[in-house]
Amino acid sequence: MRQKSINNSFLYFGLVLFAIVAIIPFLYMFSTSMLESSYSIPFPPKLFPSRINFSNYFTAWKSNNFGQYFANSLLVATSSTLIIMFVSCLSAFGFSRIKFPGREFLFSIFLFSMMVPSITNITPIFTIMKSLDLIDSYFGLTLLYSGISIASNTYFLRNFFLIFPHELEEAMTIDGGTRWTCFLHLLLPLSKPAIATFGILTFAGNWDEFLYALIFIKTESKRTLPIAIKLFEGQHLNNWSLIFAASLIAIVPILIIYILFQKYLIKGGSLDGTLKE
Amino acid sequence: MQKEKISRGLNQWLEVLPYILPSLILVTLFVIYPLIRNIQISFFDYNILKNKTLDFIEFKNYKKLFTSKEFYLALRNTIIYTTATVAGQLFFGLILANLINCIKKGQTFFKVITYLPVVTSWVVVSLLFKYIFAAGKSGLVNYFLVSLNLISTSIAWLQNVESANFVLCVFGIWKGVGWTMLIYFASLQGISKTMYEAAVIDGASALQRFYKITLPLVKNTTLYLLTVLTIGGFGAYIHVMMITNGGPMGQTRELMNLVYDTAFISWNFSYASAQAVIMGLIIFLLSFVQRKITKEMEN
Repeated sequence: MRQKSINNSFLYFGLVLFAIVAIIPFLYMFSTSMLESSYSIPFPPKLFPSRINFSNYFTAWKSNNFGQYFANSLLVATSSTLIIMFVSCLSAFGFSRIKFPGREFLFSIFLFSMMVPSITNITPIFTIMKSLDLIDSYFGLTLLYSGISIASNTYFLRNFFLIFPHELEEAMTIDGGTRWTCFLHLLLPLSKPAIATFGILTFAGNWDEFLYALIFIKTESKRTLPIAIKLFEGQHLNNWSLIFAASLIAIVPILIIYILFQKYLIKGGSLDGTLKE
Repeated sequence: MQKEKISRGLNQWLEVLPYILPSLILVTLFVIYPLIRNIQISFFDYNILKNKTLDFIEFKNYKKLFTSKEFYLALRNTIIYTTATVAGQLFFGLILANLINCIKKGQTFFKVITYLPVVTSWVVVSLLFKYIFAAGKSGLVNYFLVSLNLISTSIAWLQNVESANFVLCVFGIWKGVGWTMLIYFASLQGISKTMYEAAVIDGASALQRFYKITLPLVKNTTLYLLTVLTIGGFGAYIHVMMITNGGPMGQTRELMNLVYDTAFISWNFSYASAQAVIMGLIIFLLSFVQRKITKEMEN
């Protein structure tokens, strides 16, 4: 019995160590954002704020259209996530439930396209965007985000759709249902947890996307948050309390979504697949 | 007979087309076509404004690439980063998953906390690491190390190549461990408890149980993670942009940073395409080989 409790405290000791390493940087960021204004790093470092002071948050929010950037990111991330999930569900349905010649071949092209990061093809993507007049447009950025993550989402959703037995569909068709009703009223409702999981991961990825947004959005007022933060850092060089106040504002939506949906995300461990950047 | 087959195929296509057409268009436009076009551009003089390939220059870009110091430096950095972060994430992720799997109370709590770095923006946590590893005695890491008497004077972490690469690797591991933990945890849940109980009765120590039961049973998960993490490691670039900005003197750039700088700072798109092709080829070969090995081990 005693052996067991020693073992247990050893386990918790290890876990607390991991937790501390994970959390300390955030704590440090938070306490720095509460400082008056820190052009130099305070010595000794403070992990806990000595007083609550949100003035940097107000300054950050008001300066450089930060509220606008926030809205921009929200718009781009939401619309692209909706498109990606809808199109991926459709094609996952096509690839899993309908037989047609060349299916395996087409699907293997999808698989192949997942093996090389899209960012390596940046030059042709640039010219495509340019010739379609999609530079500096949210529509363009949304389409691009959709194009590059549809293959992987299709792949994972297809795996999920394949689980359902064909009898379900047959029963529905006998009752007069079409393919479309099967898709809309059978598969989609049954796959809600998977769709939610992939949807959240996709949203988080799009919210955080950096390089394409940097290259394709030119107008200052149209920028998204990650770019704004990078430029913010350049403008307020070494004013870390302001930079971190802005950073914390930028990560709040993801943290809220994460805490609200952590059950899905954490249970869905094996579903997450390669959606990580 | 043949005719019948064709018309049936056509009908099936008509049926499936509404479902797959949007994805086919988008994937072709933004993934497949760029992939092919990229290879083509790398063999030509290229005018980006007119999107015209001019003279065929054969392997000129590739010859330049394989004789350039920059490329080998970036390749070296990428290999260091990928090797260190993949090994670190697998190692710590497996330990963490095991620890969480063994406790009864607080599983969710520890999962949520250790997953936090994974969900946080790359740009933001990169900045955070730049700040934590700041030079001088007030940098957080320096302060800890000096206080614990592990170093006598503070280190200028980001000012020399070796320590800067070290910081980048630590960052990669810190950012990704939560994710490997989650995947390992899911696979540990699938191992039946009776196996461990039987081993305990047979007198196996905790370490023996780990080596003889856990490790072999998470082998497939490990191989899967190995592939995904390697691809991720090779394609990573934000951390370099934000933490060192390639410095000192462009010596910490990784492959993707080199491609970006060549294209959007030097405006040499044709050369950037060649760099990207080699990078894509390396990643493709790596994941191809890993897939082959995985398949063979499964059989």
